[in-house]
Amino acid sequence: MTDVQALRAQHLRVALGQRPVLRDVSLSFDASRWISMVGPNGAGKSTLLRALAGLTPYQGDVWLQAQNMAQLPAKIRAQQLAWLGQDEALSADLRVMDVVMLGRLPHQDWTAMPSVQDQQAVAWAMRKTNISDWSTRLVAQLSGGERQRVLLARAWAVQAQVLLMDEPLANLDLPHQADWVAQTQQQVRQGVTVISVLHELNMALQADEVVVMAQGQVVHHGAASAHDTHQAIESVFDGRVRVHEVAGQWVALAVPA
Amino acid sequence: MNWTVSRLTLALLLISALLMLVGASVGSGGWQDVTWMPTDALARQIAWDIRLPRSLGAWLGGALLGLAGALAQGVFRNPLADPYLLGSASGASLGVALYLSLVGGSVYASDWMMRWGLTGAAFVGAWSAVLLTLVLARGASHVLRLLLSGVIVGVVLGALTSLMLLTQPHVLQNMQGFLLGSTAFVGWSACWAMLGVAVPSVLLALVLAPVLDALSLGEATALSLGVPLQPVRTVLIMLIALTTASCVAQMGLLAFVGLVSAHWVRSLLHTTHRALLGLSALAGGLLLLVADVLARTLLAPQELPVGVLTAVVGGGYLLLLMHQRSRQGAWRD
Repeated sequence: MTDVQALRAQHLRVALGQRPVLRDVSLSFDASRWISMVGPNGAGKSTLLRALAGLTPYQGDVWLQAQNMAQLPAKIRAQQLAWLGQDEALSADLRVMDVVMLGRLPHQDWTAMPSVQDQQAVAWAMRKTNISDWSTRLVAQLSGGERQRVLLARAWAVQAQVLLMDEPLANLDLPHQADWVAQTQQQVRQGVTVISVLHELNMALQADEVVVMAQGQVVHHGAASAHDTHQAIESVFDGRVRVHEVAGQWVALAVPA
Repeated sequence: MNWTVSRLTLALLLISALLMLVGASVGSGGWQDVTWMPTDALARQIAWDIRLPRSLGAWLGGALLGLAGALAQGVFRNPLADPYLLGSASGASLGVALYLSLVGGSVYASDWMMRWGLTGAAFVGAWSAVLLTLVLARGASHVLRLLLSGVIVGVVLGALTSLMLLTQPHVLQNMQGFLLGSTAFVGWSACWAMLGVAVPSVLLALVLAPVLDALSLGEATALSLGVPLQPVRTVLIMLIALTTASCVAQMGLLAFVGLVSAHWVRSLLHTTHRALLGLSALAGGLLLLVADVLARTLLAPQELPVGVLTAVVGGGYLLLLMHQRSRQGAWRD
């Protein structure tokens, strides 16, 4: 573990055409933490995540492990920061192991064959997501939830220090959502920083920290167990959500209109 | 049969080599075994100077189109993408029409100057059209913009060609062979020209193949994996333009070879782009070689334009594949 912040954003602004989507966001994340971003639809969570990953043009500064993202060569950035997008596409022709191997692209020379290290990383990521048995299956033959686990394995296989995931739980049933939480917590203990946009508030509340967003701004950033974090969540959802403690876990319940 | 990459490579190469011998042995006069004619000087000359380069040329041209088709389908992430997508076909037609209108002559001319003039005009036309498409799309950053620009360039250049042919009907007659696609005039020099393009193109495509795999996960994911998307896409589009133009310049507008080759390979085995690109080139070569042999023998001593065969057979095959695939539930998204 290091003292260096995993990721830091200063005065981040993103506009889509004329419309500002992110308005002056400043945030910093320590290494070895799991952070979840929550907020109503259109709050700018995904845009913030894309800007932090360097996938969308932004104004302001992003620092990845104390390096200015704008000056970082794409390949180096890709080795240090992995990304899992929403609704990632999948080619019908690839086998599961081919897709997971794509996670090793930042570490590979395009003219060379995969190294032993690449093979090991792929095997590790597939074990982690419990998909080792499918390695030669075609992704076209998988269900939505199964595909999502393949894509998760692809993201883990990068073995980056910072992982940004946009709705990683999409299409996953509750036990597999819990598996993802366990995988994430295990990696975070190893020093990895995971930042995830989550619509599943109950899963988001199991993170170390929660960033609460609304209307392109960060309303609150604090510990997931803190009372003021819960209040911020309740307020950005216009009081339509209440956070309760049930069986030792924080859960968010919808309040009927 | 359970195909693997190496088995399919071997099979495609073997069948192609056998067909090359067949191609060198059949002609308008029927079958003359190429391995059994060392004494007959004329027969040897026909086989060596006409039939063999023609067969080899068909194979090379088909390989160029097969590679271009697989590249186009990968770059545009669309199974219906075809090498002519970015306007190269209509650009080549306009180039040939302009040349014939200014210089005169016919695509059936066989003298050396005329052949190279026509080839050059088609090549320059195809390239110019793709460059125009790139300029109109303001670079290769936006796939939809590229596709639309390609359609616009294709339609506008096509209209210009039609206008020219309308006012100069003799040019239309003279370029019919080009529009249909023909292997009849491919000689050794054309073979060398295509080989010179095919070898570096295949090598470059194989190096860039992992990018196409990454791109199949979406642009954002490919970028996140450190792929310099814009420059690589520009290079890939140039490569599609170069391979397509090199074939079209020698043989005219052969329909469906580029589109069908990659689909045929995919129907036999599922693999990453590195194998798919190489196999599609081999499959394209075999397909055009078969078409060329059939074109010479089906109505012998008359000859069918090979483009008519590729259009009919290729179209039929695609239709069959489409219905097979939709029955299997593929292409569901």
